[in-house]
Amino acid sequence: MNVITVQSLTKQFGSFTAVDNISFDVKKGEIFGFLGANGAGKTTVMRMLCGLSFPTRGEVTVAGFDLFTEAEKIKKTIGYMSQKFSLYEDLTVKENIRFYGGIYGLTDIQIKSKTDFMLQDLSINDKADTLVKSLPLGWRQKLSFSVAMVHEPQIVFLDEPTSGVDPVTRREFFSMIYEAAHTGTTVFLTTHYMDEAEYCHRVSIMVDGRIDALGTPTVLKEQFSVSDMEGVFLKLARGAKRGDD
Amino acid sequence: MKQFIIFIRKEFFHLWRDKKTVFILFGMPLVLILIFGFALTNEVKNTRIAILDNSKDETTGTIIRQINASRYFDIVRNIKSDRELEGAFREGKIKMAVVFPMQFQYSLLHTNKAAVQLVMDATDPNVANILANYTTAIIVDYQSSMKGHQNLPYTINTELRMLYNPQMKGSYNFVPGVMAIVLMLVCAMMTSISIVREKEMGTMEVILVSPIVPVRLVIAKMVPYFLLSAVNIVSILMLSFYVLEVPIQGNLALLVAECLFFAITVLALGLLISSVADSQQTAMLISIMGLFLPTIMLSGFFFPVENMPVPLQILSNLVPAKWFYYIVEDIMIKGLGVAYVWKETLILAGMTFFFMVISIRKFKTRLE
Amino acid sequence: MKSVIVNNVQKSFKGNKSFVQALEEISFDVEQGELFGLIGSDGSGKTTLFRILTTLMIPDSGTASVDGFDIVKDFKAIRNRVGYMPGRFSLYQDLTVEENLSFFATLFNTTIEENYDLVKDIYKQIEKFKHRRASALSGGMKQKLALCCALIHKPSVLFLDEPTTGVDAVSRQEFWELLRQLQNQNITILVTTPYMDEASLCDRVALIQQGILLDIGTPKGIMNKLGKPLWAARASNMYMLMKELKSMKEVFSCYPFGNEHHLIFHNDGQSIEEIETALKKKGIVDVLLKRTEPTIEDLFMKLMNKEKL
Repeated sequence: MNVITVQSLTKQFGSFTAVDNISFDVKKGEIFGFLGANGAGKTTVMRMLCGLSFPTRGEVTVAGFDLFTEAEKIKKTIGYMSQKFSLYEDLTVKENIRFYGGIYGLTDIQIKSKTDFMLQDLSINDKADTLVKSLPLGWRQKLSFSVAMVHEPQIVFLDEPTSGVDPVTRREFFSMIYEAAHTGTTVFLTTHYMDEAEYCHRVSIMVDGRIDALGTPTVLKEQFSVSDMEGVFLKLARGAKRGDD
Repeated sequence: MKQFIIFIRKEFFHLWRDKKTVFILFGMPLVLILIFGFALTNEVKNTRIAILDNSKDETTGTIIRQINASRYFDIVRNIKSDRELEGAFREGKIKMAVVFPMQFQYSLLHTNKAAVQLVMDATDPNVANILANYTTAIIVDYQSSMKGHQNLPYTINTELRMLYNPQMKGSYNFVPGVMAIVLMLVCAMMTSISIVREKEMGTMEVILVSPIVPVRLVIAKMVPYFLLSAVNIVSILMLSFYVLEVPIQGNLALLVAECLFFAITVLALGLLISSVADSQQTAMLISIMGLFLPTIMLSGFFFPVENMPVPLQILSNLVPAKWFYYIVEDIMIKGLGVAYVWKETLILAGMTFFFMVISIRKFKTRLE
Repeated sequence: MKSVIVNNVQKSFKGNKSFVQALEEISFDVEQGELFGLIGSDGSGKTTLFRILTTLMIPDSGTASVDGFDIVKDFKAIRNRVGYMPGRFSLYQDLTVEENLSFFATLFNTTIEENYDLVKDIYKQIEKFKHRRASALSGGMKQKLALCCALIHKPSVLFLDEPTTGVDAVSRQEFWELLRQLQNQNITILVTTPYMDEASLCDRVALIQQGILLDIGTPKGIMNKLGKPLWAARASNMYMLMKELKSMKEVFSCYPFGNEHHLIFHNDGQSIEEIETALKKKGIVDVLLKRTEPTIEDLFMKLMNKEKL
């Protein structure tokens, strides 16, 4: 069953075509890796899928809702974790959870039980009243992910979630992602780390606004005759025109 | 030296390429001057008033005609009774009423005494005052036109002499005020923002790890804004003289020199602000709260300092703009020379020196 | 002759309600002409260390020297001779490529022409954009320009703080090729990076995490330090495979590693058939287990876990 369907999606800013007629689907419970160089168009696509901007042309449905007419409904069923981890540094851990729980419409009782669960799950009970600013980066990132999931969304969008984080935490983070996918949440993520592409069920690579590769990591590696995803990416990226002028 | 010139050139690039800011910095003084000159005046014109003439004789008739002829007043009602008077005020239709009692001329000629009552809407006491003064002036005028009568005691007997600005044109006072604000904006705020921006962008780090002497960097940052203020000073003066017809009584060269000198004082202030601010936002806030507000409140340009409580008067001595105000007033409006302004100039010089010394001391050659 | 010597440098930052120990008694040195990498994630202390070495900060305790000059007493001398490229590229966005370069040259009392052959190879790649404003350049171009600006005065030591972060994979590769070429000029180059794979491109590396120097040595030397045989495991259901392996008592550690899982057994001579059989019983029939060479990242993880204990 497809939770995201994209058909001939195009986005133009004036005369510049940021996203050029792309089509793809994402299945429920999938970990879908959305890769591409800076300027290839990934962020633009992600924003549209989250209902933050409208396509110039094309059809998009997210969680069964049409993007053009039901954008507000889409926002209620998705979670989003931005690159800067979207936590308020000058609020405590508990306060952040409370805040996000509130905006996603959780009741006080739900927030309380979620808070208890999260603190336990991340083993940060003793840090519940610490300012996020004092948390090491790895903790922040895991907390961010939990917060994006606080309202048990169907799909969660992660924008470069492991940027700058140490290797141990990156793996712990991916364990969390695996758990989420296992329980039916669809994970849509972008990343610069090619090895993380390997953890995904399927991967797409954007180049100059188009999707130039789409498939499981195994199939893509065979297709481009390389041994890892980095190889796939380099072969595609070297042919890219955008980014240098 | 070449290094210094290249620095200045770079600063000019930064300044010039920020088109929006340049537009504001060049255009704003001109706009301000025009607004203050034409639109906002302390003059009160065409005020709606009413007359209650209980006497209806020749004298009252003459006085009323003279009041009507004045451009300050517009007689909109001729009231018949006291009750009507109250109603007109309450409805806000008039700001003043001139009331002549019965047998006005008779009293005047036979007893040498006559009273005129001015009823004012004193919601705005300043305006009320001004209207009272205008009316008194007209009445005094009439009195002196009557032949041979002396000692005609009217209830209001004031002697007014308007020095330097006999028509009480508002704009004279505002020109130096606008000049001060513009210089504050360009020299203090923009300079401090420019320096702090280097810190914020991270280029300051790179510059520090180089042979450059930090003082040179800082002075290079001040130069474009100094030149910009010179342009502003000249354009403000030209506008005032030619368009608003504000005469410049004193020595023009001296005036310009003092303005440039004040610009340097303000630049030093900008430097001081940049050494304590770590973000552009902070620099802007300090500039506004610490410079603009005191300048507007306590410099004397907009509100007379002499009317303020003593502690504030003492405080106002710390505001550089106050001393600048005296200097500009003396030269531009009173036409005085160096002999009268050297003390204030010296005070400004002292302040400049003080600011520079502290800023240089506080300039961080490391990141913390 | 050693270009950089660091001796027990310690640094902490005290805030209003926060306290961060940025560096904990770090010591190491760098030979002249070496390409030295500091590998660590965000918050590891690498930027603080660089700022101390470029004399922008003073350590709480400890000493350090660059080219024989003390970082506290002789900071002016150091500032005259090092090249520094901090994070975020620190270029003037509203100046053109040429203007930026010329400015930095003048900053060091030299001209572009004087040392042109030093930056020539790099500059050629951005030369056609020389009248373009820096803000309009791509990440890769900015990076190359920033490198030119740091080199233009012929420094003896080059400090590059995360020059490849946020830049696409192709540019990253090209950048490291440029660095290797620079070594021919006998310039000592210190680079920080969060990317473990870049470690193998250095002469020597130091692994740093949360202010602690975990290890230091040549890339190969470090990789050999794992001490135990490393295995790679693959199956069609990677998630289940991980779960099962982690629950087995024979397994010392197991973690995902790209398209395979890396594992270390308690027993160096562990029988693989035993493991395969145990997995088959749990329903994982298609597992592939083979020996694999450790990478810097494997080492990093082992060292980090040791610190945690």
